[in-house]
Amino acid sequence: MPLNIASWTCPRPLQNYPTIVMGHGSGGKMMADLIQHLFAPLFDNDLLAQLGDSTTIGLSRIADGLSPDDMRHAIRDMRLAFTTDSFVVSPLVFPGGDIGELAVNGTVNDLAMSGARPLFLSAGFILEEGLRMETLGQIATSVAAACREAGVQLVAGDTKVVNKGHGDGLYINTSGIGVIAPGVNVAPNRAQPGDAVIVSGTMGDHGMAIMSVREGLEFETRIESDTAPLNGLVQAMLAAAPGGEHVGSPIHCLRDATRGGLAAVLNELAAASGAGIEFEERRVPVRPEVHAACEMLGLDPLYTANEGKLVAIVPESQAEAVLGMMRTHPLGQEAARIGRVVAGHPGLVVARTAIGGSRVVDLPAGELLPRIC
Amino acid sequence: MKYIDEYRDEALTRGRLDEIRRTATRPWTLMEVCGGQTHSLLRSGLDQLLPPEIELVHGPGCPVCVTPLELIDKAIALASRPEVIFVSYGDMLRVPGSERDLFSVKAAGGNVRVVYSPLDSLKIARENPDKTVVFFGIGFETTAPANAMAVVQAKNQGLRNFAMLVSHVTVPAAICALLESPDVRVNGFLAAGHVCTVMGYWEYEPLVEKYHVPIVVTGFEPVDIARGVLMCVKQLEEGRAEVENAYARAVRREGNRPAQAVIHDVFEPCDRPWRGIGVIPRSGYRFREAYRDFDAELRFPEVQTIATQESSLCMSGLILQGLKKPNQCPAFGKECTPQTPLGATMVSSEGACAAYYRYGRLAEVQTPNPQIQTGQAG
Repeated sequence: MPLNIASWTCPRPLQNYPTIVMGHGSGGKMMADLIQHLFAPLFDNDLLAQLGDSTTIGLSRIADGLSPDDMRHAIRDMRLAFTTDSFVVSPLVFPGGDIGELAVNGTVNDLAMSGARPLFLSAGFILEEGLRMETLGQIATSVAAACREAGVQLVAGDTKVVNKGHGDGLYINTSGIGVIAPGVNVAPNRAQPGDAVIVSGTMGDHGMAIMSVREGLEFETRIESDTAPLNGLVQAMLAAAPGGEHVGSPIHCLRDATRGGLAAVLNELAAASGAGIEFEERRVPVRPEVHAACEMLGLDPLYTANEGKLVAIVPESQAEAVLGMMRTHPLGQEAARIGRVVAGHPGLVVARTAIGGSRVVDLPAGELLPRIC
Repeated sequence: MKYIDEYRDEALTRGRLDEIRRTATRPWTLMEVCGGQTHSLLRSGLDQLLPPEIELVHGPGCPVCVTPLELIDKAIALASRPEVIFVSYGDMLRVPGSERDLFSVKAAGGNVRVVYSPLDSLKIARENPDKTVVFFGIGFETTAPANAMAVVQAKNQGLRNFAMLVSHVTVPAAICALLESPDVRVNGFLAAGHVCTVMGYWEYEPLVEKYHVPIVVTGFEPVDIARGVLMCVKQLEEGRAEVENAYARAVRREGNRPAQAVIHDVFEPCDRPWRGIGVIPRSGYRFREAYRDFDAELRFPEVQTIATQESSLCMSGLILQGLKKPNQCPAFGKECTPQTPLGATMVSSEGACAAYYRYGRLAEVQTPNPQIQTGQAG
């Protein structure tokens, strides 16, 4: 067929791709379109609007919300907390949340566990060619919603695209900065014999929610992830038992019980503090449906991941006040005291079992594997 | 959780333990056959609450533990083939072969997947017609019916790209072999409740007569195990040797007939090597002639030449026969841990050594104060 030069027009680049293509990571117009149309409207704030190679933040904003007295001591006594975490969960959307919400809450919680008030986040999106634009939109929207809920601003971002088959749809890395108020001293090595061990709610929800969709298991009841920002709860706990520089921090240790679950966290705290931990298995709150699913799959809720639960180690004298305050917070209504720190068996976590026996609760060996029968 | 918590009740357990204490007038050695029972004993701490007269030794009833090293190596060879999707129960992935495990095969690009039911592997086979799906068919009489059913369905559906690497073993043959051993010091057996759910317990009746040893069908929760121990001790004290059922809510004498029928349809008895023990005559299953097309070892004849010797360092054979306790092994908790297992019994979470490592190390530590201070949570 002869070419008809007269009617030939240059094909305009397709603007509205239904999926991510390599061009979206090119650094060119397509990427600019993606940022302008999808990300920018969701994350609109004055810091992100600087659009510089890096975002600059006035130090006065870090002290924002502090009392004039705290302001005065800010430079001398306050500390910054800085953390990073990457999120590779599959599937991207699961009962009770999605990877976007998880990526914000995960970093917010890591900051909160050092006693910090989280302020600013960055987000790096690694997109796999072929990811549906609709899915990206949904996840970016939930990143924005999670930032609002946690009271943090997304102030820096990055997008990369990898070839089809080189990613699992979408990975997100988030980093975060928070400030630690004077007098707050929360650290994993501060557990002392006599301290109370408190959990903020039911254990194992997130892990079983993911398991239930990943394994294609159909349970009669839907198990939802507990993903939530814990900074509000932590601030309430710190306020419940005011410490200050002379008294020392009222909360000795905080950990969010993510991968490895409660068992891993207690082992880490026992090892870091050089103390033993004892707890009563039946005091650990577990939803009946999570318990049932674990029984069926041969898994243990003590080792199953959470994304919105914390473990606190608190001096006995403050335990009731902290627990009382936790229960008034929406994310701590099922908070329970499960055990205590002991001088015996340093580094070892021991559970008292339902029948009154006892056993060592060890670190998980590797990936959770279902038992055969 | 209903129907679980009742069987983990402290008062009920203590009641039975008291009765055991009152009944036992002299030391008795009992063997719990199933790895699930070992796991439950140590997880609940029941082992420490039993009176000192009662010694429990941990039997060979862990399918992961007794699967021969040679078969693991065959599985690894199959999983490494580019045209194979290798499908397994999760536990088997961490079991080390002579050089590596299935996790490493997966990391090196092998297509290794975990399922909860062998029937799921048929779905994988239908979705991947250009690959051969090989399922690792291991286990006792508990997993045999579902594995057999998968093969029956594959045959009915004409699924040519499905095969099974079979290493099935059976409980009564193992108990028989233990009773024939001159070293045996077991006075009574707690038979595995789940196996009996499928097979019933009529198979044990000739054994109690021949060897004059009590066999009590026992469940898996602490209250169940305490009951099994109590019934066994009563028989011993009264000089009886009978088959009794302490797990009547799940087990009938005749067992599950349709499950037995499908096993019988697909498999026939054969001699099988047991890891750490050796070959036990007629202690396993292999495919019957009509289903041999599904035998992965015939489909991939190269793997038949794989022959692996067991390590001589590990004493898991003695442990599986109840002749030694895990913590009597010099390597226990030192060279041999769940992260660096030397032998079968440390590998599986149901293995006696792994269970001891995970739950049992408290023996070296003082008993914790039972009165944990409690808040208003109650």
